[in-house]
Amino acid sequence: MKLKLHVWRQKNAASAGRMVRYEAEADEHMSFLEMLDVLNESLITKGEDPVAFDHDCREGICGACGFMINGVAHGPMPGTTVCQLHMRHFKDGDELYLEPWRAAAFPVIKDLIVDRGAFDRIIAAGGYVSASTGSAQDANAILVPKKDADRAMDSAQCIGCGACVAACPNASAALFLSAKVSHLGLLPQGQPERNERAIKMVAAANHELFGGCTNIGECEAVCPKNIRLEFIARRNWDFLKASCTFREEKAAAGAG
Amino acid sequence: MKLDSRIPSGPIEQKWDNCKFEMKLVNPANKRKFTVIVVGTGLAGGSAAATMGELGYNVKCFCFQDSPRRAHSIAAQGGINAAKNYQNDGDSIYRLFYDTVKGGDFRAREANVYRLAQISVNIIDQCVAQGVPFAREYGGLLANRSFGGAQVSRTFYARGQTGQQLLLGCYQALERQVNAGRVTMFPRHEMLELIVIDGKARGIVTRNLVTGGIATHLADAVVLATGGYGNVFYLSTNAKGSNATALWRAYRKGALMANPCFTQIHPTCIPVSGDYQSKLTLMSESLRNDGRIWVPKKGRDSRPPGQISEDERDYYLERRYPSFGNLVPRDVASRAAKAVCDEGRGVGKTGLGVYLDFGDAVRRLGRKVVEERYGNLFEMYERITGDDPYSVPMRIFPAIHYTMGGLWVDYRLMSTIPGLFVLGEANFSDHGANRLGASALMQGLADGYFIIPYTIGDYLATAKLDRIDSNHQEVRRAENAVGEQIKRLLSIKGKRTVDSFHRELGRLLWEDCGMARNAKGLRHAMGKIAELQQEYWRDVNVVGDGAELNQSLEKAGRVADFLELAQLMCLDAFERNESCGGHFREEYQTPEGEALRNDDEYCYAAAWEYTGPGQAPALHKEPLSFEHVHLAQRSYK
Repeated sequence: MKLKLHVWRQKNAASAGRMVRYEAEADEHMSFLEMLDVLNESLITKGEDPVAFDHDCREGICGACGFMINGVAHGPMPGTTVCQLHMRHFKDGDELYLEPWRAAAFPVIKDLIVDRGAFDRIIAAGGYVSASTGSAQDANAILVPKKDADRAMDSAQCIGCGACVAACPNASAALFLSAKVSHLGLLPQGQPERNERAIKMVAAANHELFGGCTNIGECEAVCPKNIRLEFIARRNWDFLKASCTFREEKAAAGAG
Repeated sequence: MKLDSRIPSGPIEQKWDNCKFEMKLVNPANKRKFTVIVVGTGLAGGSAAATMGELGYNVKCFCFQDSPRRAHSIAAQGGINAAKNYQNDGDSIYRLFYDTVKGGDFRAREANVYRLAQISVNIIDQCVAQGVPFAREYGGLLANRSFGGAQVSRTFYARGQTGQQLLLGCYQALERQVNAGRVTMFPRHEMLELIVIDGKARGIVTRNLVTGGIATHLADAVVLATGGYGNVFYLSTNAKGSNATALWRAYRKGALMANPCFTQIHPTCIPVSGDYQSKLTLMSESLRNDGRIWVPKKGRDSRPPGQISEDERDYYLERRYPSFGNLVPRDVASRAAKAVCDEGRGVGKTGLGVYLDFGDAVRRLGRKVVEERYGNLFEMYERITGDDPYSVPMRIFPAIHYTMGGLWVDYRLMSTIPGLFVLGEANFSDHGANRLGASALMQGLADGYFIIPYTIGDYLATAKLDRIDSNHQEVRRAENAVGEQIKRLLSIKGKRTVDSFHRELGRLLWEDCGMARNAKGLRHAMGKIAELQQEYWRDVNVVGDGAELNQSLEKAGRVADFLELAQLMCLDAFERNESCGGHFREEYQTPEGEALRNDDEYCYAAAWEYTGPGQAPALHKEPLSFEHVHLAQRSYK
């Protein structure tokens, strides 16, 4: 099949970008990124700069890839990262517009690549259980009801790709951070730090210039891992509870 | 050079305890005076950096991805082994040790493997404490499943995303240390040179992949946890960015490379569909728990699988290996698939595929149970192939998945360069000639959480390191080497793309140094690779410049290293005149077509030393002795 592509080309963070038109050829069994690989090979052969895009595992799990296809994060197939999107879902003559994630917290680095370092900083602010190596008891000592473990797993599946932010009119990171707050908050191991975690992660997200959540639901619609909106409600509950009961922390391990 | 594996004294059960007691400690106030570099943030590197940060060392941690959470450990599907014996089915540390040594076809170091089995139980405890949502039984206890090469149920899992969940646990621990100021993280950085001063590893030279900036980072020790080199084959189940550059540049600085020809071909991957194919996708080995592998009994049978009746099907693994059936180790399953395809009984358009059928499992367990166990894998299969595995059997074929070879390390995970430690898939030590399923995650975390934090302390406490600064001539030399290579690659301006060379290299290796090898083919490959390498440096086209984000340039440096590594792999395979594990030399097989080892002559780890550009590498042998698991022909019948 033949496709008309309009691709966002931007040399680096400092320069202005623009859409550039390309003609591309594809086979129905190709993945979307393989279609771009073929385009890039032809650009290199002509001595032109290939289209830069992030990608790594190409199995939909590392979260590296992602861009907008005709205004939809990761393209038209629900629950699918762009590396797992196959050309059989497109037809000859399709015209496709490819753009990077757009959000103040995700500055463009080059072409379709953005800087998602803000996500790491949100996790660093509190998205963990403080369990230093060596201090753990036997793994079966604490029982975890299967339904809690299953729900924790549902939210822990987040791959940190940033599609939720790109799809949100507020560029909110609510789905991303509520996935982590819920994953750890649903498990007994996550209870001691549960309240502080919600406060610290929300504060970090605000600091990074992500917008607030107004329950629009675009994030859930594009999430390649089907993370549910209900986790945002869980986060809101943890945040509210924590805000009402907040106390300054004392120094670790006490005085003396 | 004499290889000293530094295996501790005492009975095998006490070696690690003895070692830990003999090692010198660094007192807490002094730890912050030491800087340690960790390259790679997968399970091995991430857990090492997090744990050393917790201990108080100054850690600088590097990855080429945009975030440490994306390292390729994330893609591991099936599970992680541990000798917990929670199922009361007769498992023990000794049995896990035994299975791993036997599964590795007696080419791993016994003492290392025993320690791995001992530590396996601590890993599960640690991960659960971090909040890793492992699968649970209704009563709230941890669930287990079986994996290839074992007759007990010792694999812990989180749906088909175990690697992801373990890595996120480890990444979160790492970010906690970033927040505490103990770890400085350098994402989108690639290590391009190792700095060796007075014979000791003292730092690395990196390229910032966004700005192109070249920088030197000095340290008291360097830890490489950069994964395997499966992408030398171009098509593999590895992530596209996985590469051998850090390992190879360390090799060129004097670290020995051990058993490079030991590569693992995974039996259950989605077959190739066309020339544009950029990578291969694994379907977890856990599928072999419930899926049955078969091909038609008669050759070139093009009927759809549903029209082929039970008595016209050959469940060849169940037939050939009745006691392990579909759960034979990976090397055995892969070779058996190749054998039936060679007989012309392969399925699919290319004839390079076999069926993995869930029809029986759906009838026996119901669709809901199958969906819960494998749902995400089935979805992935359907997304890629367009077929529904609940109703049509999957088509699978073997693909390059893992490399057992890697930099040679002693018992303390230190390479032949003092101060250079190598963890996880990047080292050679634990899996011998074949790795069992669910053991890679175990090894990565054992090395990072529980071994390196002890052994690096002993090194730092006893090494007596001089102060160095970035004006040292070795630092300058390393920086210049990096700059020169980049300049050279950009100036060739030839006609062929980097990928076209990489694909050609991959095809050569797959043909002659893949699932089956022979002396003639290997000689042929070595000649062809040398020609390809010359052409590469004459005709490669790398566009753009060095002072920007340039993905062609990144690939070009990696493929240059792959070309050299491929030569060494073929040489190693050529010199090893026996079959063992994943290394199958057609000249050496039993009458039934199984791998035939030659323990009299080849019961050693082959460690290769770089002797200069264009020079033949020197072979050093580390003899392996088996005092506990006695050398025997592997049998899974």
